[in-house]
Amino acid sequence: MTTLTKKADKVDRLAELMQTSESTTGASLWREAARRLRSSKMAIIGAVIIAVFVVLAVIGPWIAPYTPTAQTWRGEVFANQGRFVGMRGENWFGLDHLGRDMFSRMLVGARQTLLVGVVSMLIGLVIGALIGVLSGAAATLGGPMGRRLDTVIMRITDIMLSLPSLLLAVSIAAVLGQSLTTVMIAVGVVQIPIFARMLRGSMLAQGGSDYVLAARALGVRRNRIVLTQILPNSLSPVIVQATLSLATAIIEAAALSYLGLGNPDPAVPEWGVMLSQAQRFFDNEPMMAVYPAVGIIITALGFTLLGEAMREALDPKLRG
Amino acid sequence: MPLLSVDELSVTFTAKGRKDSTAVDGVSFDVDQGQVVGLVGESGCGKSVTSLALMGLLPAKGVRVGGRAEFDGTDLLKLGPAKIRDMRGRHLAMIFQDPLSSLNPVVPIGVQVTEILQRHRGLKGEAARKEAAQLLDRVGIPDPARRLKEYPHQLSGGMRQRALIAMAVACAPRLLIADEPTTALDVTIQAQILELLKELVDQEGTALLMITHDLGVVAGLCDEVNVLYAGKAVETAGRRELFAHPTHPYAHGLLGSIPRLDAPRGEPLNPIRGSINDKIAWADGCAFAPRCDHYTLECLTGTPELTEPRTAGHQVRCVNPVLPPVRPAAEVPA
Amino acid sequence: MSLLELDNLKVHFPIRKGILFDRTVGHVYAVDGVSLKVEAGQTYGLVGESGCGKTTLGRAVLRLVDVTEGEVVFDGTDLAKLDEEAMRRFRRRLQMVFQDPLGSLNPRQNIESILAEGMAAHGIGADQAERREKIKAILAKVGLPANALSRYPHEFSGGQRQRIGIARALVLEPDVIICDEPVSALDVSIQAQVVNLLEELQESLGLTYLVIAHDLAVVRHISDVIGVMYLGSLVEEAPSDALYEGPRHPYTKALMSAVPVPDPDLEDRRERILLHGDLPSPANPPTGCRFHTRCPWVQETRCATDRPELTDTGDGHRVACHWTAEIEAGTLARTRATGVEAVTETAAVAEEPAVADVVREEDDKAVADAQPGLPVPGVAAGAPASDASTAVPRPAEAPADERSPSTEGGGKR
Repeated sequence: MTTLTKKADKVDRLAELMQTSESTTGASLWREAARRLRSSKMAIIGAVIIAVFVVLAVIGPWIAPYTPTAQTWRGEVFANQGRFVGMRGENWFGLDHLGRDMFSRMLVGARQTLLVGVVSMLIGLVIGALIGVLSGAAATLGGPMGRRLDTVIMRITDIMLSLPSLLLAVSIAAVLGQSLTTVMIAVGVVQIPIFARMLRGSMLAQGGSDYVLAARALGVRRNRIVLTQILPNSLSPVIVQATLSLATAIIEAAALSYLGLGNPDPAVPEWGVMLSQAQRFFDNEPMMAVYPAVGIIITALGFTLLGEAMREALDPKLRG
Repeated sequence: MPLLSVDELSVTFTAKGRKDSTAVDGVSFDVDQGQVVGLVGESGCGKSVTSLALMGLLPAKGVRVGGRAEFDGTDLLKLGPAKIRDMRGRHLAMIFQDPLSSLNPVVPIGVQVTEILQRHRGLKGEAARKEAAQLLDRVGIPDPARRLKEYPHQLSGGMRQRALIAMAVACAPRLLIADEPTTALDVTIQAQILELLKELVDQEGTALLMITHDLGVVAGLCDEVNVLYAGKAVETAGRRELFAHPTHPYAHGLLGSIPRLDAPRGEPLNPIRGSINDKIAWADGCAFAPRCDHYTLECLTGTPELTEPRTAGHQVRCVNPVLPPVRPAAEVPA
Repeated sequence: MSLLELDNLKVHFPIRKGILFDRTVGHVYAVDGVSLKVEAGQTYGLVGESGCGKTTLGRAVLRLVDVTEGEVVFDGTDLAKLDEEAMRRFRRRLQMVFQDPLGSLNPRQNIESILAEGMAAHGIGADQAERREKIKAILAKVGLPANALSRYPHEFSGGQRQRIGIARALVLEPDVIICDEPVSALDVSIQAQVVNLLEELQESLGLTYLVIAHDLAVVRHISDVIGVMYLGSLVEEAPSDALYEGPRHPYTKALMSAVPVPDPDLEDRRERILLHGDLPSPANPPTGCRFHTRCPWVQETRCATDRPELTDTGDGHRVACHWTAEIEAGTLARTRATGVEAVTETAAVAEEPAVADVVREEDDKAVADAQPGLPVPGVAAGAPASDASTAVPRPAEAPADERSPSTEGGGKR
């Protein structure tokens, strides 16, 4: 009898002392990445910046104190003579060269900037990912014919990559004419080969892994191997790149607008166009350039911070 | 006095936002000149961290090192980064498991060897080159003059490990630490490398601290063996004593779970149950208790001490050691 | 008839170069003419060092690499001639367990999904509920808790992951399981658990194993018949006990003598046959006997010119050596030193005037030993290792090496 209780005692005591790690059961890598992201300062700062920017872009037109295109204070500004109006109670950010309220223009311009960034990133992501999946799948499981197809596709993306992005954008603009659509397509097209190469490279790396070999050994069909085994494990770098490329897209779109390839109607506020307009008066009124420039930089910074934080959160080497 | 005397070495990793984890938990051992001392254990037992701590190769941040490691009168753990760097290469040297990643891939072998000779022995130009060729020759690399011009990737795994040993012994170190030096190699190459290490110890009187998981390697090479489990030495003995009378249930179980070449086919092995993750903190009791067949309530009350239940010098950290059955004392009639 | 029969199996990987289109500039002779038979319900163990082609051979059986030549006859069907879809369906009956337990499990699938993948591919189980029941039964069989279903591979220990890998193969109810280094990535105390599990499963399910490993002791423990591979071909094949008691091929002798034994007395007593030099490149294998460049008994005739066939030397013991009988009879002297000196032998060629004392002595000794044809005194005929040995887990095995030339070429395109 005593031995029996003694045995129960020691089992209980052992169970009590064992350091169980059962709390982490059933957490997929995506969920763990999200958990790491939530505890990253960089991600939080980035996300806050992006959130503010998105909110402003959406509600900007409603909260703007004045009509952004109205030259309400036309009589107070004499750009030719170097007379400008800076910050004041009425106009928080001052007036531009045509007597329009800068603050309202910034708010409304945010929407255009966000639109250009998101649409052009999506153009690059969707087309690039499709090409990348095709190429990656062909290279990993397509046999000799697949490898040849992959070679051809990759040579084409190489050519696209070797073109300077601005030159490409200028040529597209020359064909399609000056418009916001041109800017979005130009910026998006430049991203296509980047996404394509990245996804293909990632798929190629995963395609050589043991679990893909194991799936083949199991007799899983090729299409299914690509979709359930290779692709989900290849997405991390692409997701990071998509976030980071929102930042570059915004900057590039601004650059193209600045060069005059964007919306031909200068009355429609857009940060790149505003920057371009401010250039002429930079000596007299630098603040006119500073507002849109700072807006672009902070937004781009937000996306970059979030992208970098995601890279860290998704990196399997830091898992633990 | 021993050449190296490690006393209560402990290494704790302190990462922000995580619980501190103690990798080495009060390990003590001595290494004499011309002696081979083994640190044996499975992954996570703290054997590699011990060697890194001795060599001053642990990251500066997020690590807490305690205890003493006296090498010829100086405490290695108290030396500054510049001093310990000077000690490495001159008096201490280390070889690693993966020879390829320990060599600089873009620099020829010859340059890597002569660099060491230049820095620690002041040899220059032709003299250094000649000495380097001799070193490669010494560790059994054929055609050393040609090999000196080659890059690490041009050498085979065994040759790379030889090159690494050549670099380690370039300044005739008094203590050589080998961390799983043959794990990445094939058995026939492993035999060559072990033979080379034995020769170094016999002829040069180098002290060798051998870190390995392979009990076979230990049996052929080490004079003294420390079996580590979860950061603590659980059994320390001379190699003959240890293999003849493994007394800690872990060491005993480990030897029993290895497939033996001379056992007939089909005889089941006696594995140790569970995994290294099934443990309790040493402060609460014996970390091995969850995997032990003989644990008692006593095993779960505080850290077991090292005792010598068999012979002097054979230390065992266990309250229920594996001992030959004691003949029952003649019953005394009441 | 044997369940699985390989006949003159060859796998040659092309070494490709070229900018736009591939040009084949050579071949890696990973598997170069292997014939062997695996009997139903038995275990065939294949040992050899990295680069010997054993992993490639295992993969070729499942057609995970392209077979260059030869037959893989499984239950009367030549797998090498099947088209892709037919082969895919055959994989249900031939399964594989991999070396790296973590790497061979998709990190983004949970255990249920991993185990259901193969069942879905072969239409096993009518619906999810039925599959789940089956998976649960298999998990219990391999010793995993039922709550493992919804967990992910990174949440398990090494030994548990390998159990998952075994379960994945078992759900398809295969006839043959190819185990490629099933325990070498595991800690010593865990290896025994997995070895025992494999043996229990064989007994209860009547499985046939082809176990590929570099660890002689593990192979000896688990196998009925052992084949020893060197540079793409079998050099010796014998029943497990016979091979251990009397290895006949010089390479097998060297291999056995090199395995460290956890017994100090034996370690001190036994004689090691230290091999000369490194493994030649499988892209450029030696002519004649592949082992002649390192063989301690190499002869002036035949060894470098004729490739020895695997011939039966009695009692099912097959050896690929021209001089087996002479070596066994002890009438053949060793032609290469096999002690420690063998290592420094070639170094004697390099003339170094100013040498440290120790080194000079070494050199002199080496010169003496390196005299061609001079038998080394005091070295008896190869005594085999006569005790247990430990496992030597080793990372990334042969296939990476063997395939690298072709994949490298592919990557550059």
